[in-house]
Amino acid sequence: MHARADASTEQTAAWPEEIFAILQGFDVRQVPYVPDAGHSQLIERVLGSSSMRGIALTTEEEGVALLAGAWAGGQRGVLLMQSSGVGNCINMLSLTQIFRFPFLTLVTMRGEWGEFNPWQVPMGSSTQAVFELAGIKVLRASQPEEVREVMEAGASQAYNACTPTAVLLSQRLIGTKVFVK
Amino acid sequence: MNKANLLDRRAVVSSLLANRKGTIAVGGLGASTYDIAAAGDNDRNLYLWGAMGGAVMMGLGLALAQPKLPVVVITGDGEMLMGMGSLATVGLQKPGNLSIIVLDNECYGETGGQLSHTAGPVDLVGIARACGIADARAMTTMAEVEAFAASLQDVTAGPRFANVKIDGANLERVLSNRDATFIVNRLRGSLGFKPI
Repeated sequence: MHARADASTEQTAAWPEEIFAILQGFDVRQVPYVPDAGHSQLIERVLGSSSMRGIALTTEEEGVALLAGAWAGGQRGVLLMQSSGVGNCINMLSLTQIFRFPFLTLVTMRGEWGEFNPWQVPMGSSTQAVFELAGIKVLRASQPEEVREVMEAGASQAYNACTPTAVLLSQRLIGTKVFVK
Repeated sequence: MNKANLLDRRAVVSSLLANRKGTIAVGGLGASTYDIAAAGDNDRNLYLWGAMGGAVMMGLGLALAQPKLPVVVITGDGEMLMGMGSLATVGLQKPGNLSIIVLDNECYGETGGQLSHTAGPVDLVGIARACGIADARAMTTMAEVEAFAASLQDVTAGPRFANVKIDGANLERVLSNRDATFIVNRLRGSLGFKPI
């Protein structure tokens, strides 16, 4: 188990760069997000990018509807959120089935692998099942060296086969949040 | 409010879309979608029959993807209240080509006319303005609606928000297409995008 510090002091990891490069390769243009420490490096890259537009949301379900609109307008997108936000999306996830649009979301996991905060555990425990009940295919990366492969598979099936897909980034991968007094 | 001062929802929507040119119109679920259908089917109509609270965000995704085309979201007060945070998100992004019109009958007409928050103290125009949408207005006359309709074509001056108090009477339903895959692919086709 490794620990993660505050986003501001987090060391630069290689896998967020790999995710960014894959998203660029698939011509992803709209990147709605609700911030999470595990996504902080990727969000910074998106906000600094000339081809992608980072779009801060007030709640995660906004991102599902935004991506449906983006697809209707001819652009691809990806929703970045934490596992606790998945429950906020449930009704809006209907859009992935009725529009049959290329929905891709990257979810940083909480509530597992050495979690300190019990409030994160219920939603983190049901994240995968919630997606599957909503008709979303779930892939997971738990080790840094498998992120590239899992992301490529997820982006391919989402954008090439219009198969709504969630890629879960394990707490083991991003590091357990440390709470210091 | 004096009922005599309330506008007719079908007249408002017909006026908004009469000279739409290439405008993309997103309709919030319920009566707003019927109003858009009543104004005439169009390849660039995105009718919603669900996803309550998502109309403005769908409009934002479209507006960012197609910055040269006017995008207008026509929805009701109940749908707007459910997606109120999206006004903050629009205020942050400030797409010049996005306009939002709320047909405000102060109630949930589809479900029995239960009063909505706008029948009470809630002021959607004030909320939109406080979210950073500087062009936020209440419209009470058809002349104002016609002027607003013409302004939609200026894709640099948005985002705009307008609230129109309308007569709460339920009108005959004009049912639009409801196969979302057809609706979205028809819209994409009109923009030049082919199926996968």
